[in-house]
Amino acid sequence: MKMKTLTMVSALAFALGSASAAYAADPLAIGFITTLSGPAGYLGQDIRDGFNLAVQMEGGKLGGVPVKVVVEDDGLKPGKGREIADKMLKDQHIKLFTGIVFSNVLGATVPDVLDAGAIYVSPNAAPSPFAGKSCNKNYYVVSWQNDSLHESAGVNANSLGYKSAFIMAPNYQAGKDALAGFKRTFKGKIVGEIYTRLDQTDFSAELAQVRAAKPDAFFQFEPGGLGIALLRQYQQAGLGKEVPMVVAAPSLDAVTLKAVGEAAVGVNVSAHWNSDFDNPANKAFMAAWTKAYNRPATYYSSQGYDAALAIAAALKQTGGKVDDTAAFRTAMLKADFHSVRGNFKFGNNQHPVQDWFALKVEKGGDGQLHLVTQKKILSNYGDSFAKDCKL
Amino acid sequence: MNMLVAEQFLNGIQFGISLFLMSAGLTLIFGIMGVINLAHGSLYMIGAYAAALVAAKTGSVLLALIAGLAGAGVAGLLLEVLVINRLYDRDHLDQVLATFALILIINETATILVGRQPLFVAMPPLFSGSVTLLPGLVYPVYRLVVIGVGLVVGAGLYFLINRTRVGMLVRAGATSREMVRALGVDIKALYTLVFGLGAVLAGLAGAMAGPVLSVQVGMGEQILILAFVVVVIGGVGSVRGAFYGALLAGLIDTLARAFLPGLLRHVMNGSNADALGSGLSSMGVYLLMAVVLLVKPRGLFVKS
Repeated sequence: MKMKTLTMVSALAFALGSASAAYAADPLAIGFITTLSGPAGYLGQDIRDGFNLAVQMEGGKLGGVPVKVVVEDDGLKPGKGREIADKMLKDQHIKLFTGIVFSNVLGATVPDVLDAGAIYVSPNAAPSPFAGKSCNKNYYVVSWQNDSLHESAGVNANSLGYKSAFIMAPNYQAGKDALAGFKRTFKGKIVGEIYTRLDQTDFSAELAQVRAAKPDAFFQFEPGGLGIALLRQYQQAGLGKEVPMVVAAPSLDAVTLKAVGEAAVGVNVSAHWNSDFDNPANKAFMAAWTKAYNRPATYYSSQGYDAALAIAAALKQTGGKVDDTAAFRTAMLKADFHSVRGNFKFGNNQHPVQDWFALKVEKGGDGQLHLVTQKKILSNYGDSFAKDCKL
Repeated sequence: MNMLVAEQFLNGIQFGISLFLMSAGLTLIFGIMGVINLAHGSLYMIGAYAAALVAAKTGSVLLALIAGLAGAGVAGLLLEVLVINRLYDRDHLDQVLATFALILIINETATILVGRQPLFVAMPPLFSGSVTLLPGLVYPVYRLVVIGVGLVVGAGLYFLINRTRVGMLVRAGATSREMVRALGVDIKALYTLVFGLGAVLAGLAGAMAGPVLSVQVGMGEQILILAFVVVVIGGVGSVRGAFYGALLAGLIDTLARAFLPGLLRHVMNGSNADALGSGLSSMGVYLLMAVVLLVKPRGLFVKS
């Protein structure tokens, strides 16, 4: 009897001991909610793979802290994103989140995350409310503020010397924001403005108007498959030679480039990152990316990677603790990492202050199409909403 | 300005021709067999995919076109034999449910086989670029080819339906199915033939759409609704009606899209005019359908 009790006690003690040991070695869980399915699935894949690449390069750690990335697919449904966040918060007690691709999913999901006292680090979407009045101490953005993408396109059009522009976007919130962002910085005259249907696949009627208006440049924000169809029709109509196109990064990444082919030659793009950036951090990233995945890196990949580096820098300083959000914030805001973009700081609204560059689609010596960096067009550029943020 | 109007007219005609190829099959199937075939859009998609895949593999325009026609035709015959043929005597609700299920099944199968990423078909080099039709009127060659093919198919259908024995049976079937059956015509064979013809036309429309639009899952449903509108405007069972109805719908949709915001801008400010203009122009075709249903419910181009 006595012997039996003793055995039980020691077994219990052993169980307890091993449990606490397991607890100490438990990696820090990071909730990664992203869009992996549907036509836009490659965006989430690239962000995830960029993030995981940084974790792998450190041997399963970020800033010396072992981490476990818990990935879930939101399917581009805001309700689904919110459901996943609630599950991760309540059942898995996750305190640190990242990964969301689309602004509408972010808008539905992030308030719950922040209300629960957890931290969100955005590798992509950054709608204006969270950059201005509704900014939050536990909400960080590593990518850009949505509008600054299109503001940079306006600046690019100025620097290319265009005096007039025809602008076009689908008739929904992101489309309206895009045109507003472009108009905020473009100094020339807007000679035409069209809102298209979101399900539109044939743009012949619109392109005829562009031709008739004879603008210096054409700015468009038609996401995904729409943009690919538009670029091809633009070329087929012979407009490519007549009216140069100016777009922001989301309208032309490495994947769209591959789908569009020759029709994209000569398009002007403005972006915060490009695969040919000549800095050591980017070279290391590009080499590791190509080795690990053997497909072109998009700017989504670079943002996933940068988000992981930013988190790593903060974790290194807090020793892996995320419960003390004030200490995490102090550490995070130092942005003590080498971004693949080069210059990177956080502004007062915890969104990036960074440089923007003009890129152009050119045909390389290998016969392949490349986005080639031309010059810097904006230095230390934040966003238009930071002034409304009181933190 | 005049050249812009001319160009928009060509755009409208080109869109109308694509609609005609879709609605010709639809109106025959609906008019003769009394079947509401929602899966007609899927045949369009199958034609587009078959042509796109073969074009990517072989680079041959002719092979791609043949693949598009054959793919849609074979798929159409399979659908007719396996599913549609059991629906002739059922009521419209059963037909709508069954063919809607077919849309879901075909879309999901396409997703599994080729993925969700849209496919892009290279423009045949022969038809790439644009030509100057009149001074100031530059138009893509490919779209002219689409218009040409559509007109040839329209003429061919006219000949088939008005000058041949099969066409006579088709016309008779559209007027009175029971009478044709009573006269001892093998109505089953006629049904299969008409369904196959409709499928091939949808496949042709799909194959020709490839180089202009992107080939993706769900592309059929976008054009299907408009094709049904055309059938209503033109009159059920009338290929002639489908032809004029499609051109009318194509022109109204394109011209409204092109000029309504500009006209509205004379009376209100820019962004309101754009919002109202794009709203009204997307309604344009449906408004026309509503008026037709009020004034001539059997169709604009049907002799009453």
